[in-house]
Amino acid sequence: MTDNITGRLSLHVPEPEVRPGGKPDFSNVTIPEAGSVRRPEVDEDPEQMRDLAFSIIRVLNRQGEAVGPWAGSLTNDELMEGLRHMMLLRVFDQRMLMAQRQGKTSFYMQHLGEEAVSCAFRKALVQGDMNFPTYRQAGLLIAGGYPMVDMMNEIYSNDADPLKGRQLPVLYSSKEYGFFTISGNLATQYIQAVGWAMASAIKNDTKIAAGWIGDGATAESDFHAALVFASTYRAPVILNVVNNQWAISTFQGIARGGSGTFAARGLGFGLPSLRVDGNDYLAVHAVAKWAAERARRNIGPTLIEYVTYRVGAHSTSDDPSAYRPKEESEAWPLGDPVIRLKNHLIQVGAWSEERHVQMEAEIRDTVVAAQKEAEKHGTLHSGGRPSMRDMFEGVYAEMPPHLKRQRQQAGV
Amino acid sequence: MPRMTMIEAIRSAMDVSMEHDDDVVVFGEDVGYFGGVFRSTQGLQQKYGKTRCFDVPINESGIVGAAIGMAAYGLKPCVEIQFADYMYPAYDQLTQEAARLRYRSNGDFTCPVTIRMPTGGGIFGGQTHSQSPEALFTHVCGLQVVVPSNPYDAKGLLIASIENPDPVIFLEPKRLYNGPFDGHHDKPVTSWAAHPLGEVPAEYFTVPLGKAVVRRPGSAVTVLAYGTMVHVAEATAEETGIDAEVIDLRTLLPLDLETIVASVKKTGRCMVVHEATLTSGFGAELAALVQEHCFYHLEAPIVRVAGWDTPYPHAQEWDYFPGPARVGRALREMMEA
Repeated sequence: MTDNITGRLSLHVPEPEVRPGGKPDFSNVTIPEAGSVRRPEVDEDPEQMRDLAFSIIRVLNRQGEAVGPWAGSLTNDELMEGLRHMMLLRVFDQRMLMAQRQGKTSFYMQHLGEEAVSCAFRKALVQGDMNFPTYRQAGLLIAGGYPMVDMMNEIYSNDADPLKGRQLPVLYSSKEYGFFTISGNLATQYIQAVGWAMASAIKNDTKIAAGWIGDGATAESDFHAALVFASTYRAPVILNVVNNQWAISTFQGIARGGSGTFAARGLGFGLPSLRVDGNDYLAVHAVAKWAAERARRNIGPTLIEYVTYRVGAHSTSDDPSAYRPKEESEAWPLGDPVIRLKNHLIQVGAWSEERHVQMEAEIRDTVVAAQKEAEKHGTLHSGGRPSMRDMFEGVYAEMPPHLKRQRQQAGV
Repeated sequence: MPRMTMIEAIRSAMDVSMEHDDDVVVFGEDVGYFGGVFRSTQGLQQKYGKTRCFDVPINESGIVGAAIGMAAYGLKPCVEIQFADYMYPAYDQLTQEAARLRYRSNGDFTCPVTIRMPTGGGIFGGQTHSQSPEALFTHVCGLQVVVPSNPYDAKGLLIASIENPDPVIFLEPKRLYNGPFDGHHDKPVTSWAAHPLGEVPAEYFTVPLGKAVVRRPGSAVTVLAYGTMVHVAEATAEETGIDAEVIDLRTLLPLDLETIVASVKKTGRCMVVHEATLTSGFGAELAALVQEHCFYHLEAPIVRVAGWDTPYPHAQEWDYFPGPARVGRALREMMEA
């Protein structure tokens, strides 16, 4: 605390530790040893697990070993699959980023560095559960087996686009794959996830919901609405906060203020609130599974903060070098999720550098083949595109007279 | 046939809908145990249980957001915003989410949600218990906007709204809850008991959305009105002796343009009356449509009588509310034009 010497007030505006040109510094981020955070029973009193909101649950140590009470939620085969999903997502991102630079689409948003969060989480859910994602959880689709060609068709807004060219790239939607339609406006889906979960409870169903939000969007009013409703009705929902340190150019301290963590926000609502290493595939899965079990056993909602780092630009319209050091992602103390899982699998003897290189090549072929398939249907400015009639359809179940008149005016 | 107030008719609509369909759930602030600050949901929690009709935290965005999530699951929520004046925190959820789920997901997710909200003035409600924000909804593609003017319609339209596969904004003129009101605030309050539209079937029935109705046939001028102003327009026509054809729009979006155009082509004159403020109010849309579709039949400029472009005042209630004096004066002037 500084003493008020002048007697006049001054406004505090938080600043990140470093700006472009500065030396990246994460010395303020306290990283507990892997395996050091306890694993409570899912029905433990939330009041007794407040410590979990201020630590970081980690499974993989520096040597790539899985240690501690959160280890062991997945077999090696499942981990291999997880590695493949993360690598698929990364290559998918690379190809779509390039497609945007080539003018094949207007926009793209990548997941670089955050692949473990959505890929590992998806494996803790079952068919019928519903995610309410943001625009940075495509791993839910990839790990859920959604056809990659359809994702590309959406990005290209071509004539096979499942959303008929109505939505911006990456704002996917698939009820069948438990992926709620993404909206451009932040945080709205967080409270909707709670409502969906309440509905499942009202109907005495067994399905659960998961809400997703970024660090920056926690400042939106709907974050609060979601926590109040989830807490009041003990909705079977997992409330995920992906703290990638950045909201476009704004560092997470602008949204978090003086509170220790985003997970701590859940404590005031009586929610068990866990903080997890978002770059540790095993830890993410174990925590997600724990929260899913809590929800499924009707014990109530859980808030999870995934501590990660947004390695890439916010979007294809963004240049992070204007607001943060270029080398900052390399200094990020939780490393890279793909490399960490790879090292673990090598450590347990299930994987090798050679096989990894082989799989990288195979994945690239898979994605390139999907891309060729999608481009047969067209890209944003060339080839097949959704019809003008599609533009007028679907505003209502039944087209009202005024829209019919407008469609006629448009000549379709 | 039973007689009902508008409150009773609205309650009966929810009762019938809940009975008819297990997926209908009702919630809002004070809606559960207490039965609503206007008694609209009285007895529903006792009858259907706490998971079908319940109280919520005071958070309008939460109410609508949760309803959207429930609709995405497959329920048909009928939720209440205590006053239309307090819907603004939910505006994001209504306009960007509820209205667009079907469109943006290509029909994968839909939003059969009904959002009830008491609207309108004439009750000394001041600035935040009197507003008529319908134009803020009619401008939003994907929403449907309904304003009943009597118990019979209120029940039929509400059941139709709950069954509607898309989101419906259901605006209830609170001044009409207990009886019709023609704007003569100095006269004794009348009840629905004496009004023919206070006769409401106890069972299931619907009044279709998107259909206007002629309340008073006439030949001199067409008056387009909805909600409380329907009664003001009817009374004014009788008092001035001007043979006005009063159309109760009932649904503002989608609009029954056919009924409007047929009437204006017959009368050659058109007046729009609403409580909401004038500028960019729904009357502007009505006037533009009538001008486009009836230009060669118009014998006088289209006239709009509306609330002044000020926040709704308290003490000046009757100087603000477009009552029979103002409507009558405008009608006479219009007939001389």
